[in-house]
Parts: sequence; C-alpha cells; structure tokens
Amino acid sequence: MTENSSRNLAIQLRKKRYAAERRFRLYGIISISIALGALCLLIGNMAAKGWSAFMQTYIILEVELPRDGLAPGGKIDIETLREANYVAYLRKSLRDNIPGVTSRRDRRSLYKLISSGATLDLQNRVLADTKLIGSKISIAAVASDDVDQFIKGNITAGSGGKISSKQAAWIKTLSDAGRIEKRFNTNLFSNGDSREPELAGIWGATIGSLLTMFVTVLLSFPLGVAAAIYLEEFARKNRWTDIIEVNINNLAAVPSIVFGLLGLAVFLSFFGLPRSAPLVGGIVLALMTLPTIIIASRAALSAVPPSIREAAIGMGASPMQVVLHHVLPLAFPGILTGTIIGAARALGETAPLLMIGMVAFIVDIPGSITDPATVLPVQIYLWADSPERAFVERTAAATLILLTFLILMNLIAVILRKKFERRW
Amino acid sequence: MSPFFAAIVLIVLITCGHFLGRRRAIQTANGSRRLLHSLPHYYGLYVTLWTGVPAVILMALWVPLQPYFLDSFLIASLGDKASGLNSDQLGLLLNDIRNVADGNISSRRNDPTIIAAANRLIEWRQLGYAGLLVITLGAAIAGLAIARKRISRTMRARNAVERVFNAVLFIASLIAILTTIGIVLSLLFETIRFFGKVPITEFLFNLSWSPQTAMRADQVASSGTFGAVSLFAGTLLITAIAMIVAVPVGLMSAIYLSEYAPRKIRDILKPALEILAGIPTVVYGFFAALTVAPAIRGWGESIGLDVASESALAAGLVMGIMIIPFVSSLSDDVINAVPQTLRDGSFALGATHSETVRQVIIPAAFPGIVGSVLLAVSRAIGETMIVVMAAGLAANLTINPLEAVTTVTVQIVTLLVGDQEFDSAKTLAAFALGLALFCVTLVLNIIALRTVRKYREKYD
Repeated sequence: MTENSSRNLAIQLRKKRYAAERRFRLYGIISISIALGALCLLIGNMAAKGWSAFMQTYIILEVELPRDGLAPGGKIDIETLREANYVAYLRKSLRDNIPGVTSRRDRRSLYKLISSGATLDLQNRVLADTKLIGSKISIAAVASDDVDQFIKGNITAGSGGKISSKQAAWIKTLSDAGRIEKRFNTNLFSNGDSREPELAGIWGATIGSLLTMFVTVLLSFPLGVAAAIYLEEFARKNRWTDIIEVNINNLAAVPSIVFGLLGLAVFLSFFGLPRSAPLVGGIVLALMTLPTIIIASRAALSAVPPSIREAAIGMGASPMQVVLHHVLPLAFPGILTGTIIGAARALGETAPLLMIGMVAFIVDIPGSITDPATVLPVQIYLWADSPERAFVERTAAATLILLTFLILMNLIAVILRKKFERRW
Repeated sequence: MSPFFAAIVLIVLITCGHFLGRRRAIQTANGSRRLLHSLPHYYGLYVTLWTGVPAVILMALWVPLQPYFLDSFLIASLGDKASGLNSDQLGLLLNDIRNVADGNISSRRNDPTIIAAANRLIEWRQLGYAGLLVITLGAAIAGLAIARKRISRTMRARNAVERVFNAVLFIASLIAILTTIGIVLSLLFETIRFFGKVPITEFLFNLSWSPQTAMRADQVASSGTFGAVSLFAGTLLITAIAMIVAVPVGLMSAIYLSEYAPRKIRDILKPALEILAGIPTVVYGFFAALTVAPAIRGWGESIGLDVASESALAAGLVMGIMIIPFVSSLSDDVINAVPQTLRDGSFALGATHSETVRQVIIPAAFPGIVGSVLLAVSRAIGETMIVVMAAGLAANLTINPLEAVTTVTVQIVTLLVGDQEFDSAKTLAAFALGLALFCVTLVLNIIALRTVRKYREKYD
C-alpha cells in the first residue's frame, strides 16, 4: 500500500518534471518565434508598403509642338527653346482629352493631374531633337503624386480629400481612353530629392552614401589594421597598452550620436570643414567604425597560429617581415570580413550624420566629397517625416533598397569567410 | 596648376626614388646583392620615405593654410572698404569675392572692387600653388638626394624603414585614444560654457524642460528652463520597456539555441537572429512610427484606453526587438563558456535538462548574463533614431507607458538639427546632455566589460 502510493507519487513527480521540461523548451521556441516573427513582420511590412513605389503612374498625352511658339520665324534658337511655354502645350493636350472643362477653377484642378516634372521631360525631349518641332508627339507625362496614389488605391476621392470627385471622373475618362499607364519608376532611381514625391529619387542619396563610405573605408581600414597590428604583434604588455585596449572596447560601445557631437564640435566648429559634406560624415563614421575594425582585425591576427611566426623567425625574418609577409596575408580574409561588417553598420548609421548637417534638403547629385550631400538612411528619415501620402511608399522602397545593399555586403562577408576560413 | 598637379608630380618622384635607391644600392655592391646589409628593395623604400614623407607633410600643411593667408592678404588689399565691417559682414564680403573668383553666381558680381579683388585672388591662388609645387618638389628632390647619398653597402636600410613602419603603427593605435580625448574635451568645454549660462543645480534637479531661448530680449516666455530630470526619466521608461521585451526573449532564445536546438537548426537560426542586429535603426524607427504606434493606439482605443500616438510603449517595444540579438548573442557566448563538466555532473544526479539550465547553468553564467544585459541597457540608452521618429518631443514626467515621453537623445537631435547660433544656451544644452549620456553609458560599459571579463577568466 505505502509502496504503491510512494510509487504513484514518484510517477506524478516525474510527470510534473517532464511537463516543466516541455514547457521550458516551449518558452525557448516561443522566444525565437517572437524574434523571427518580428523580423518577418518588419521586412514584410516594408515590402508590402514599398512595393508599389517601384511603379509610377503616367498619363499618355499627344502634345502638339507648334512651330510658331517654339521657333518663331522658322529659326531654331536654344534660348527660345529653353524659355518656351511647354506647360501650355501639355495643358492644351490635357484639355483636348477632357472636353467640357471651362471654368478657371476646374481647369486649375485639371492641370494638377500632371506633375511639374512632365514639363521638364517635354523640354528635354525637344532640346534633344529639334526636328520634333511642328509635329505632334506622344509623351508619357508623370502623373502627380495624388493621382498616382489614387490609381494605386491608397487614397479615395471625395470632398476634403486630395482628389476631388471631378478629378476622379477625369481620371476615369483618361483611363478608359487607355491613357493611364503604370510604368517602372525610373525617377526613383535616377533623381535626387524633391518636394514632389513623384519626382523624388534616391540617386543623390546613394551617391552621397558611396562618397561617405569611400572616405570612411579609406580612413578606418588602414588605421584600424595598423592599430591592430601594433597592439597584437608589437606592443609590450604594460599599463599603457592596457589603457588603449580598455579604451577601444569602450569606444565600441559609445552611443553613435556622441560621435556626431564630436564631429560638430571638432571638425565643423574648430577645423571649419564644410557642413553636410561626405568628407566630415566619412571622418565621423570612420572614427565610429575604427574600434570594430580593430577588434575584428586583432581577432583575425591572433587566430594565426604561432608556428607560422616561429617558422618565419627561424628563417631569419625580422619581426616586421614576419608580420607583413606571413601573418597579415593569412589574417587578411578575417580582417576584410570585419571591415565589411563595420562598413555595413556605418552605411546604415543616421544619428551622427544628423549632427553634422547631412539632414539638409539637397536636390543636386553630389559630385565630390566636399559638396553638400545626404545619405540613404538620412533620406529615409527625411521622407518618413514628410506629410505626403506618396512619401510613405517611397520611404519603404528606399528602406528596401538600403536593406538590399546591407544584405549584399553581409553576404559578401559571409562568402569571404566561408571561402577563406582556415582552421589551424 | 593646382595641388592635384603637385601631387601627381610627387607620386612620379616617389616612384622614381624607389628605383633610384634600389639601383644605387646594387651599384654600391658592384652588382652582388649578397654584400648588401638589406634586401635591395629596402634601399628603394628608404629613398621613397625620404622623398615622400617631408614633401607630403609640407603639402598637408600648405593646402589648408593657404586660404587663410590669402584671406588676410585680401582684407589688407581691400583697405578702407574692409575696415569698419564687423566679422560677419567681412565674411560675407570675402565669400562674394571667392564666388566671383570661382565663377559662381554672386549677388555682387557687378561691383568693380569685388571683381578687382577676385582677379587678385585668382592671381594669388596661382602664385600660391606655384609656390606649393616648388616647395614640395624641392623637399622631395632634396630628400631623394640626401637618402641616395647615404646609401652604402653597410647601411642598415631595413632597420631604418622598419623603424618608420613601427612609428606609423604606433601612431595608428593612438587614434582611438585621441578620439576618446576629443569626445571628452569637446563635450566638456561646451558643457562648462553651458553651466556658465544655466546653473548646474537647475540642470540636475529642476523637473521642467522647456529649452527655448529668447531671440529678442523683450520676448514673451524668453527664459527657458533646462531641467534634465524628465528627460532621463523618459529615457529610463523607454529603456525599461525595451528590456522587458529583450531580456526574456533574448535570454530564452540563447538558451534554446545553445542547449536545445540541433546543430543544423542552430546554424540557420543564429544568423537569422543576427539580421535583426544588422537592420539600420532608422528602419526600426520608421516601422515604429508607421506601423507599431498606430496599431497600439488602435488596440488601446478598442478597449477604451487613451493612448498617445507617440507612446513610450511603441518606441520601447521596437527598441526591445532591436536589442534582442545583443542580449541573445552575448548570453549565448556566456552560456557556451560554462564548462561541460557542470552539465554532466547535473545530468548524472538525475536532473532534467531544464533543471540543469535553471539551477546550474544560469547561476554559473549569471555574472556574464548581467554583463550582457548591462551592455544592452547602455545600447538602449544611447539609441537615437527609433526614439527620434517614434517618441515624443515634449518633456513629460510620467511612468505611464501609454503617454508620450521624450529622451535625452531626442532632445540632442532636436536642439542641434536646424539653424542655431553656436553660443546659445539651447545649443550648448545639447552638449551637456551628450556629456551626461557619454558618462552614463561609459560607466555601464566599464562595469559590464569588467563583469564579463572576470567571468570568462573564472572558467578559462
């Protein structure tokens, strides 16, 4: 009897313990699922919101280019061509397609269907080929952002909305006539920033990012590797090198915005370097990534087995020759991987660049490292702050592009590691 | 002629120097390399260094200094037109002259004195660059000649070159120290100036933060208050929410990955988790502001709660997601460092796996886990973009996660982005906040790194 009950007790206890075991394991799985679910939610959210930004609505219009307006007296002159009234030609074509728009107010809201960028397109086409003058050409006019959003179903027509019911009817007429087309959004990839969402692009920010990364890698890679070589191979173990080491580890964990403050106080105010320039942004990000590169390079150097060093010393190599000819080449894949990962982090960094003025509204594509510029993450921040509905999808699209860059860089790092990794 | 041209000539000279040095060395040894102290290319490098280093240093000094000298010459040449202007007007005038000289559009392009000055400037610039060319090339050639002359059979070229390399490596290792010193000094100077305008007691103990300063003396509400307490409270609130999310999820993920998951699954899941750490913070910020905050607001409204659209909860939740991989990868390392013998001992006594984890591994790894959590806290405190985009701007002393609060980093950004005079208390306040942020994270980091390191030593 007692034996039986104690046995039952033991079985019950064991059941309880096994249940606890299962629960514990479940908590682990749930945790991982939460983390990965958040990741999927985030990327899926960006993809769902940003996907539509890769397409842009165009209105196909036949535009007459009258000879007497563009080339009065039959003479073709660049100055006249530049100052000709292209808007009027586009608007006329629009009126021809939508009959019965007479009042001033209606006309004005009709003209709002096409973007100001269409005028520039038309002008460029005429300037590129003056033979078009006097003929009727078909042009895909960029639709304004509200039309674009309306076509994509992101906003609805109605009173108080961005699209009036009259405009909606016109859009319907145009689309019934087959004049509304969705095409790949080349503006997004080829333009700089703009206040008009349909004309805003990431090319300026991409170039800015590339210039900034160029400065960052140019500074942080040699300095980081040199510092790592010194600390790992040559420095004597003493108080001084201890301080340097603790300092590097701490620097790696300093909030990035503090580096921005450093850049503002030292490089802008003290040295008088230009604001908003990739030069300063690159220097600040280089200082920020330096600790990462030093730590990664030291790890790669110390992974090279001592036997290599001893063999080289045995053959009569000087300490410098041992390092530069033997240890460094073997450690190089690891160093490169660390550098790419550090550069990827710098590419996604925003906060320190806000401090040094890279947050300005810049339309031009930067041409050198001292031109004012912005970078991709800052562009995302700027667009995220813009009130227009069309900037939401563009922000998400820019995010997708930035993430693609980062994934590519990390993939390269992973491939390098896999290809050159050696186990000693 | 431009600095660019001088640089190209210098590169050519340096390359020549290398060949000349090498050839000279082989010559002195009558063609038998065996007799030389060092390998021939070290003699080449020796000459290269002598040619390049002094010339590059001269160039690096000349190019940034030239505009300063030219400006002062210009001011002198403008005479009475420049005297009587204050420094701002003078800067404007110089800028106009520079723009005309560069061929840019300037508002005063028709002023004859400006045009004359611009022409002078162009002439002087040419003169300066010619001087630069002469001086750097002179230095390069002199260096080349001296070095070439020194080459002899017994000269220790390798040792000389290696000494220079060593010095370069040493200087590179100092950059990190210089950065820290730069951060501390720049923050400290501005902070001291800030406390000259605003008493330190107000910064530390005043509960209200409204950093407006007067443009004019007679303005309404011209005096701001700079009490940082509510900012730190807001930062702590958001950090606490982030930690409530990140610590359990990150820790359990680490335990599952290191103790339970089969190797293959672990090899897939671990990099997937690291992706979370690689996503730029601005993306998290956008996600928080666009998706999470409205979702929480909608959910709050559906059960009758009043949720601010920039609630601390949204920012904290998303920040927590961002921090998960930090906690998990650091704790993973720590858990893996617990010796296998402890596990084996526990299993041998009949403990189940979860009992082993809870009663043996976690207590053993506890200091390390605490260290990694502290590092994550420091990360959360210094995080900027998520809170800039998803948290509020107005200071609010509350512990209600559904209200909007602001943080230290948000205030630094809002104080410094936009046009600001550099001396106003508003701008300087950002540096004081930066210094406070730096100190807090520094202390956390030092404690965390110490704990982790001590813990590692225990089991090594």
